Amino acid sequence: MRLTNRLKVLRAERSWSQSDLADRLGVSRQSVNAIETGKYDPSLPLAFRIAELFGLAIEEVFSSPTQHQSKAI
Amino acid sequence: MAAYRSPATRRYVVRLFFLMTFYLVSLFVAVKLFRADAIHGIPAYALAILPALPIIGVFWAVMRLLVEEPDEFVRLLHVRQSLVATGFCLTVMTIWEFLQNFDLVPPGNGGFGAAFFWFMGLGVGALYNKLTIGSTGSCA
Repeated sequence: MRLTNRLKVLRAERSWSQSDLADRLGVSRQSVNAIETGKYDPSLPLAFRIAELFGLAIEEVFSSPTQHQSKAI
Repeated sequence: MAAYRSPATRRYVVRLFFLMTFYLVSLFVAVKLFRADAIHGIPAYALAILPALPIIGVFWAVMRLLVEEPDEFVRLLHVRQSLVATGFCLTVMTIWEFLQNFDLVPPGNGGFGAAFFWFMGLGVGALYNKLTIGSTGSCA
């Protein structure tokens, strides 16, 4: 079960392309795309870097699918 | 869109270039001398092993790429690719060995050893990455 994230929305709010975000994070555009589409869960250090870049807490960017389900119930 | 190329990938390509150049030169020299029956004894063993060294070097270069690649997602793709290559190579060689054990195929491998199938497996691994994650992460 993969993490869910708000990366695409947060990026769109700032009018950043995937390449812009990748450059700011120092990772490949492939990585950003894979995280956004839920094909890859970032490591904890990278998840923290992403959250810090957007000035948010990590749980405001990423949430576990089980947490998402329990809120829906 | 430019393909992702980290300094680690660039180093890998340079290493591959030198290793393949060494491989072609050493193979050419070995084939020439053995065909001319110009080498015997211990030097013959050394010369026969010489073209194997750059192939072993390619294994080293791939492993260095896994260690040096800074992008964790691309590194994951490389690791998956190498694991698929290893599984593919072991599968082909095991099947081939059993076919030989029961004399269903001729002895020898016609020059296609484990390394050949491992490199072929890197291509299979890249395809597997493309189909399952959408990126090749190719180190083939």
